[in-house]
This record gives sequence, C-alpha cells and structure tokens, in this order.
Amino acid sequence: MAFGRKGALIRRNRKGAFEIHLQAWERDLLGSLVTQLRDLLTAGAGGGEAQAAVDPSLTRLFPTAYPDDVERDAEYQSLVRDDLLERRLTALDVMDETLDADIITEAHLTTWMGVVNDLRLVLGTRLDVSEEMDEVDPDDPDAPLYAAYHYLAWLLENIVEALAGW
Amino acid sequence: MPVADPTEIHDPTIDEADEPDRPWVVLVWNDPINLMSYVTLVLQQLFGYSLEKATSLMLDVHHKGKAVVSNGTREKAELDVFRLHEKGLWATMTKDD
Repeated sequence: MAFGRKGALIRRNRKGAFEIHLQAWERDLLGSLVTQLRDLLTAGAGGGEAQAAVDPSLTRLFPTAYPDDVERDAEYQSLVRDDLLERRLTALDVMDETLDADIITEAHLTTWMGVVNDLRLVLGTRLDVSEEMDEVDPDDPDAPLYAAYHYLAWLLENIVEALAGW
Repeated sequence: MPVADPTEIHDPTIDEADEPDRPWVVLVWNDPINLMSYVTLVLQQLFGYSLEKATSLMLDVHHKGKAVVSNGTREKAELDVFRLHEKGLWATMTKDD
C-alpha cells in the first residue's frame, strides 16, 4: 500500500537527518490523533478508577510491573506514573511541533515512533483487536478507527525501518 | 529419636525479596498490537542486543507468549521494566526462582 505516494515515505539523508514525505491528509490525521490522545491522557491523569472511567485503553499505557506483588506494584505505579505521563505528553508536543517539517532529526523521528506506537496501543485496545485482522465491514461504525489503526501500523513500519537501517 | 532433616529449612521471617543479590528477571509478554519489527528495534535500542538476539527474543515472545529479556537486581529490573513500559511494551518482573 503506497497511499498514492512517489518514492519513500521516510528517507535518511546524507547528513543523518530524515526526509519526511507525508501528505496533507496524513498530517491532518496525525495532528488530530495527537490532540485526542493528549486530551485522553490529561483527563485520566489521576490514574486508578478515574483513569479507567475515562478510558480503559489508558491502562495499556501504564501496565503492571509486579504481577505477583500488589503492594510492590502500587509502589512502582506511584513512583513512575507521573514520569511516564509527562514523557508521553512531551512526546506529543514534540510531534505537534514537527508534524509539518520536511526534514526531522533522528531524535525527533524516534519520538514520532513512540507517539505512533502509543496511538496504536490506545486504538488497538479500544477496538479490542486480535493479531489476525479480518476485512472490516465499511458500514461498521468503527471502520474509520480500524482504518486509522492500519494506517498507523504502516507508518510505524516505515519509521522503524528508517531508524533501524536493517 | 529421628535425625533432623538435612535439607534447607525455610525461615518465613526473611523477606527473600529484600536480599540484595537475589536475581530478578524481566519478561516481555506477547500482545496483539505491537509490531514484531517495533519490538525487535526496541530490544536493540534498550539493551544493545544484536539484530539476531533481538529477533530471537521477539520470536520467543511472539510464539511462546513471553521471553526473559534481562535480569539482575530488583533495582535494575525495575528500571528495565520502566524503560520497556515507556516504549509501550508489556513487561513485568518476577523473582528468578
């Protein structure tokens, strides 16, 4: 699926930076998703029941560390939750600020990678996806979300390949 | 009079988890969302693994449901779990029994 584009989506140039060839609709889509995720994260910032009430998919972004030890995990969560939340919000800001750029640094592209993955985690959890994805009925009210989810997978693969240089 | 059992006696007053050198392992669990290529790259970036090792671990996660990606003291394991959570991987830690 080339989405009507000529040439590579992301290409490392000779100076070690990355040329980005997103189309306008892609920048719009990503900008919209970034805004939605930011709203979600700030609404559910309290964690616990408040968070789960806002969106259970947020729990996927703050997983359990000690499955065998409830007390230790509560300690871990209280230590890292704010940090994890802040890092994610900062990453969203960076992506917002660089979304219209034609060339971005490796550090910024790495940030994009994290944001796109976070978006996939939230969307995928909300859609309750399985590893085998069947064709989505276009009349399914969630069809646009599935489309965004698949687009993000394709975008993420491109970012990973560009960064990894395998 | 019976001979005392020579095998180790477990003293329940010692909290084993606080022994400083007791090894912990960090597990990454399979999930239906994360891309295989993404997991592989993250393992390389976080732990400095070669492509071969990172791929092998990722395939273990994918096919066996989970894989041990690092081990060490509780502090080290917790830091590794945090870094994996930051990258969106489903990681947990447990005592290496």
